[in-house]
Amino acid sequence: MDKRLVMVMGKGGTGKTTIAAALGLAAARAGKRTVVVEVAEQQRLAAMFGVRPTDRHDEVELAPGLFGLSIAPSRAMEEWLRHQLKSGTLAGLLGGSRIFQLLTAAAPGVSELVTMGKIWDLAQLQRRTGGSVFDLAIVDAPATGHGLALLSAPGTFARIARTGPIARQARQIEEFTRNRAATAILAAALPEEMPVAETIDLEGRLADQSLALDAIVVNALYPERFDSDESARLAALDGRGSDAARAAVVAALSEHRRAAGQRSQVARLGEESRAPLVTLPHLFAPELGRDELETLSELLEESL
Amino acid sequence: MIEGWLQRKDICICAGSGGVGKTTASAAIALGMAARGKKVAVLTIDPAKRLASSLGLPELGNEERRVDADVDGELWAMMLDAKRTFDELIELHAPDDATRDAVLSNRIYQELSSAVAGSQEYMAMEKLHELHQEGRYDLLVLDTPPTRNALDFIDAPRKLSAFIDSRSLQFFTAPGFFGLKVFGRGASVIFSVMKRATGVDLLEDLSGFFRSFGDMASGFRERADGVSKLLSHSRTAFVLVTSPRTDAIDEAAFFHRRLLDAGLPFAGVVANRVHPDVREEDVAAELEELVGDDLARKVLDTLADERRLADRDRTNLAELRRRLRRRPLIEVPYLDDDIHDLDGLRRMDEYLFG
Repeated sequence: MDKRLVMVMGKGGTGKTTIAAALGLAAARAGKRTVVVEVAEQQRLAAMFGVRPTDRHDEVELAPGLFGLSIAPSRAMEEWLRHQLKSGTLAGLLGGSRIFQLLTAAAPGVSELVTMGKIWDLAQLQRRTGGSVFDLAIVDAPATGHGLALLSAPGTFARIARTGPIARQARQIEEFTRNRAATAILAAALPEEMPVAETIDLEGRLADQSLALDAIVVNALYPERFDSDESARLAALDGRGSDAARAAVVAALSEHRRAAGQRSQVARLGEESRAPLVTLPHLFAPELGRDELETLSELLEESL
Repeated sequence: MIEGWLQRKDICICAGSGGVGKTTASAAIALGMAARGKKVAVLTIDPAKRLASSLGLPELGNEERRVDADVDGELWAMMLDAKRTFDELIELHAPDDATRDAVLSNRIYQELSSAVAGSQEYMAMEKLHELHQEGRYDLLVLDTPPTRNALDFIDAPRKLSAFIDSRSLQFFTAPGFFGLKVFGRGASVIFSVMKRATGVDLLEDLSGFFRSFGDMASGFRERADGVSKLLSHSRTAFVLVTSPRTDAIDEAAFFHRRLLDAGLPFAGVVANRVHPDVREEDVAAELEELVGDDLARKVLDTLADERRLADRDRTNLAELRRRLRRRPLIEVPYLDDDIHDLDGLRRMDEYLFG
């Protein structure tokens, strides 16, 4: 929380958006002006907070002190060109030229690079674009592989360009994301076989780039409702009772088995990864809205 | 049911948002078709290594590997290695060793072919195309990255063709690159602005990179066109995988619309991990008698929680069915333990194929 940038990474469907939003709420409560950033033109935060999303490429207030922003790579590119060329006219000329559009559309990694540029800018105390300043930027990153590609894009382009303005800026961004005093990397995980495997894989691939996870948030952990005696008593009913009662017992035992499986996955993650683990409970709410996010943010605040 | 969707199909592309069990569904479909006598290969372009674990294989490489699955047909699996696929493509298409070495040793080529996200999408399509042309399989099942990236991979070949087709490539490879007289005033203005944005060194390097490809570019363009045709071919089927959660349902509806707009052959939706219906009967008194007040209350709490999720799933799936109109939807229930091996995949079979 004392960082300027937090990247929330991890497998798809593990609750990265939820965790980013809950962290954002906790930071805002602590008095930090915070922005939660979605990439690849996702717009899920506004809906979670019951706020109308904007078409514009700027932040909307989600809660007091908490803002949401969805980065559109095409707009991030325009901003970058404007800054780079110090002229809206020239930026429009180049950005609007067919050669440039076709090149940047076909070149892999360009949208990741300009997206990282925008993320970096949001985390600066002196905004390049002159936008308002945030104490903390939290990024809801794309799923593992693409998230890693996003994180490593500045380094890649710094090596591609070697010298000149792109190399200089890319290096500046890379240094910022590699500085552990400035940037934290979190992984979102679920207590299941494949998400755990992917989290361990993510940690290893970060290590290949000399990066490390600051924490792993294990999301949606089922409650341990039944102790072993109770589950044995339920199992011992062995089909007694009416159809409805049997179905109820089957449902309870089924959840109990899942919960036990989840706990062994948490244990496995604890053994195989080096980062500290934080767990969040499974919420049985049909949709996660503001109230659920508040609950999760309080839990995160206690444990992070 | 899936078997009907895949009749007379060579390619099945599984798409959907993250964490909905796309990899598992792809593997279960491939295994099911192999069990029904087909020779099937399942490939993943997801940069994360999940397919191997769901097939019980410790490692997968850029070549297909036979899965020991005890089926009437054959099940093969591979994980795309974008860099190796790219290298192989260059080796195959280079007119001579000098061209091959020039590309493979180019610094920009080395960076772009390995680390960068978009190259995965290009190379997945390339591999799919290659395997399809070789014709060694009855069916290829492709597991894709999460939805919005999946759209990227559909667009990737078109973007590459557009770039190669246009005069943009000539712009960078023209012998008089720095004079640019041949392109007239407009291009030289663009060039000087671009130089200001990127620096001259990068432009020179880019020019060298594009020149190193020589005539190969037109070959790539042909292949990219071939891939585009393959995606919209009547022997290809797009299967959307979703979970019954609201955000995943929204993504599925979004992707469904995009597929139809793009004229791509959409087969149906697999809704994975659906919470089973929980009956609404009052069993409190009976449970209390059977297991005592405390335990009965816990069972009832569990039931109430599970019912909330089951109700949500039912509402969401009804909404999706409405949006799909008459397109088919298969429900796979939330099974007790999470699926990550061949036995688990077999348990999905009765729902997918039943």
